[in-house]
Amino acid sequence: MTNALTGLTLAAAGDGLARGAFSSVELTRAYLDAMAAARALNAFITETPEIALARAEASDARRAAGRARGRMDGIPIAIKDLFCTEGVLTTAGSHVLDGFVPTYESTVTANLRDAGAVMLGKTNLDEFAMGSSNMTSYYGPVKSPWGPKDGKDLVPGGSSGGSAAAVAARLCLGATGTDTGGSIRQPASFCGIVGIKPTYGRCSRWGIVAFASSLDQAGAMTRTVEDAAIMLGVMAGHDAKDSTSMPLAVPDFTAALGAGVRGLTVGIPREYRIDGMSGEIDAIWRQGVAWLEAAGARTVEVSLPHTAYALATYYIIAPAEASSNLARYDGVRFGLRVPAASLDEMYQNTRGEGFGAEVRRRVLIGTYVLSAGYYDAYYLKAQKVRALIARDFARAFESVDVILTPTAPSDAFAIGENTDDPITMYLNDVFTVPTSLAGLPGISVPAGLSARGLPLGLQLVGRPFDEETVLRAAAALESAAGFPTTLPTSASDR
Amino acid sequence: MSLDRTTVKTIATLARLRVADDHLDALAQELSTILHWVEQLREVDTDGVVPMTSVAAMTLRQREDVVTDGGDRGAVLANAPSPIDDYFAVPKVVE
Repeated sequence: MTNALTGLTLAAAGDGLARGAFSSVELTRAYLDAMAAARALNAFITETPEIALARAEASDARRAAGRARGRMDGIPIAIKDLFCTEGVLTTAGSHVLDGFVPTYESTVTANLRDAGAVMLGKTNLDEFAMGSSNMTSYYGPVKSPWGPKDGKDLVPGGSSGGSAAAVAARLCLGATGTDTGGSIRQPASFCGIVGIKPTYGRCSRWGIVAFASSLDQAGAMTRTVEDAAIMLGVMAGHDAKDSTSMPLAVPDFTAALGAGVRGLTVGIPREYRIDGMSGEIDAIWRQGVAWLEAAGARTVEVSLPHTAYALATYYIIAPAEASSNLARYDGVRFGLRVPAASLDEMYQNTRGEGFGAEVRRRVLIGTYVLSAGYYDAYYLKAQKVRALIARDFARAFESVDVILTPTAPSDAFAIGENTDDPITMYLNDVFTVPTSLAGLPGISVPAGLSARGLPLGLQLVGRPFDEETVLRAAAALESAAGFPTTLPTSASDR
Repeated sequence: MSLDRTTVKTIATLARLRVADDHLDALAQELSTILHWVEQLREVDTDGVVPMTSVAAMTLRQREDVVTDGGDRGAVLANAPSPIDDYFAVPKVVE
């Protein structure tokens, strides 16, 4: 059952706290109850009710003393279990991090904590964020609150599937996600929520378990565009501990929201109209164009000629970086250790047992494409094509302000589907990966329902560090779409 | 490029990843399929293209060369699977 407090948006809850309509402790208890009632979704790996209530009490005390810290103070949120949290188990969805309790806090979660946000728990994810379904988690798949459909439970998407499911099922007011090739935007589309991946360098990567360092970026997952703007504003900012963090001031992202799209030029990339695209994806995309035009934007066709090569480029670069990043899991300093007589065997046993099938596959591919004799043919070639993909976007942005595409090629599929062939699963990210390779900001906004009654998202992509235009156009799209804000009926039965 | 089971075994050794012998053939097939698929990049003309090594247009900053952190043995060792005294312990490497 939804109660009045869990039905609020983040912005409305912040206003309620400011007015004194309810306390952070009351709000937090409502969400802890909702989490307990929805454990069947498997959205959380670790619940942290003691931390949540302690932070909520501290928030209420600050507010009573007139020292509230802004719109996130006292707001209950969930944290993807890829962010290191001091004193709280951090698993990355992997067996190999068994028992790992960081002695430090990631910069993004520290920023949220320092702004007064209340951590409810750590959400489930694909192992090391490698997946588009949440099925690769060592802690089991997450069920989408939109299911079951035709008798089958649905995936929430991935890798930030636990965060997406928790936001959609009203188990938190917002959640952190990370996006390497679509891991915020695709689950946002599947679960009918908003997910923003900011520009590479906008949020610090320090303390986030690394997957592919040149692609990983943290972002916000919420129910509305305004909520995403509020939460991202707190997460973002320069951090001297991440050398790829951009030394830029964080604008007030919410200030851009009311501006509308009159005067904006929206690019529609012709190469995204891919072969075999489903009719309803095409239809929702056309609807998005019509909505933005009706709101006063001009739309033009643009060309991103290297789009078709983005997935192949990604599936060289991401595994290569992953194989390197994951070398640290060797059973010596933290996590799982599988004993053996020699050091080398201990490494092999620990990694062989600690990594699941998809992670093993990517570590092996990555090792191969970086190995002597193959580096130029695969990795260097992919870096060159990546440069061409980035150039395509740069050229398009000479004549448009923002680009509109579908977020994902389908609505949510059932748990267990698309697992026969890894490449079928990789195709989920066909519309999100190019943006990631170019390091650009992208957002998924819920736009409508498929014929099966499941959410479909639209993606807006912007210039580097121009999240404001992305959010501004997203707000216009959101307002035109009038996406159902009521809970999927099945979720309240769980 | 098609990989055979011997190559997969070599890669697995390089990656320090134990792979059971009865998984080698299936894995070779899977990895070959993925490699074959990514090889579509050969179609792209990349002559004269500078490989992209950094996403953001920025030069890496340098900080003062001074000690700013450290000396926290307890935190460093807190998650060690089986530390001995103040050290990480591993199976004997040198006789």
